[in-house]
Amino acid sequence: MAESAGGLKRFYIILGVVVVGGLGVLGYLLSKPATVSIPANVTIQPSDTAGFRGYIKGSDSAPVEITEYADYQCPFCQTFATLQMPTIEERLVKTGRLRWRYRDFPLQQHPFARLAAHSAACAEEQGKYWPQHDRIYEGQSEWASASDAAGIFRRYAGEIGLDLGRYDACMSSGKYAGRIQASYEEGVRAGVTSTPTLLVGGRLYQGRFDSDAIGRLVDSLAPRTASTQ
Amino acid sequence: MIFRMGAALMSLLGVFVSAYLYLYKIGRIGTLACGSGSCETVQASPWSRFAGVEVALIGVVGYAVLFAVALLALQPPLAARRWPADLLTALAALGVLFTAYLTWLELFIIHAVCRWCVGSAAIIVSVLVLALLARRGAPEPRAT
Repeated sequence: MAESAGGLKRFYIILGVVVVGGLGVLGYLLSKPATVSIPANVTIQPSDTAGFRGYIKGSDSAPVEITEYADYQCPFCQTFATLQMPTIEERLVKTGRLRWRYRDFPLQQHPFARLAAHSAACAEEQGKYWPQHDRIYEGQSEWASASDAAGIFRRYAGEIGLDLGRYDACMSSGKYAGRIQASYEEGVRAGVTSTPTLLVGGRLYQGRFDSDAIGRLVDSLAPRTASTQ
Repeated sequence: MIFRMGAALMSLLGVFVSAYLYLYKIGRIGTLACGSGSCETVQASPWSRFAGVEVALIGVVGYAVLFAVALLALQPPLAARRWPADLLTALAALGVLFTAYLTWLELFIIHAVCRWCVGSAAIIVSVLVLALLARRGAPEPRAT
């Protein structure tokens, strides 16, 4: 009996060591700033793409639609988004001549591209996709080489007025990983190999673009009428 | 006695492994120490929830129950009885069945295997084996 009591005592000591060790490790992990990663090898579910065909800017009745396949960490996409897109939006989208559809095409060599795309998708949940989209592109040089891009995206989310509790829950769930991968795979099927690539009327345009070239393209597809002059 | 102790110790390890996965799932831990993206793939999949509850949370509760039963089974009045070992065996068998279902999902539906889930599977199987051994060592129920 005394031997059994001694054995039990030793066992409780071991148990105590395991409890202290386990709680110590969990406590250490909880004290570290949270970083998030979005996986690429997800199984795409029908719910990932149900009713979703990209992020849209512009009128449903616009005569021309351009689909852009882009990567948040691609420098050309950044230049296009920050320098050309404001003019395109002003001259073509807001005048009802062009509808812009943005689709994610995160390239493998860009480690934060999916995270950025997911951050923007989480902003969409709160009706602020485009502000977060623009902010991520504007800050590309800041986060592209950072060790904690997730923290920077979170800061942007706060700056544009997102509810950070909801944003954090969305990011840690990784719920849009399938949607992002579906968008990428659709781009691959369409023949996209680099970013940015524009898909206009079934034709792919790759390389660098400026707002004037886009304007000429829209003109050729839908000539201006007197009312849109 | 030693098998019941082993079952308690392994269940406690299971509590910590599940708690780690659950804390990741609710966003309190940023990345999983996984060595590949497979753990995140599994955690981000729709099958990371079962009947609306996080699978990792089910693990925390399940292992905590196993731990409590194994500890109770060590207490002097119950240490010489067989039924606590029977209960431990039944609960561990349930855990193994659930783990088998989750492993099947990983292999054939999600197509990604999370190393922490493999670790948890090894733990629950070891709890079942220890519970079975504890059951064998316990005296038979007395006929009344």
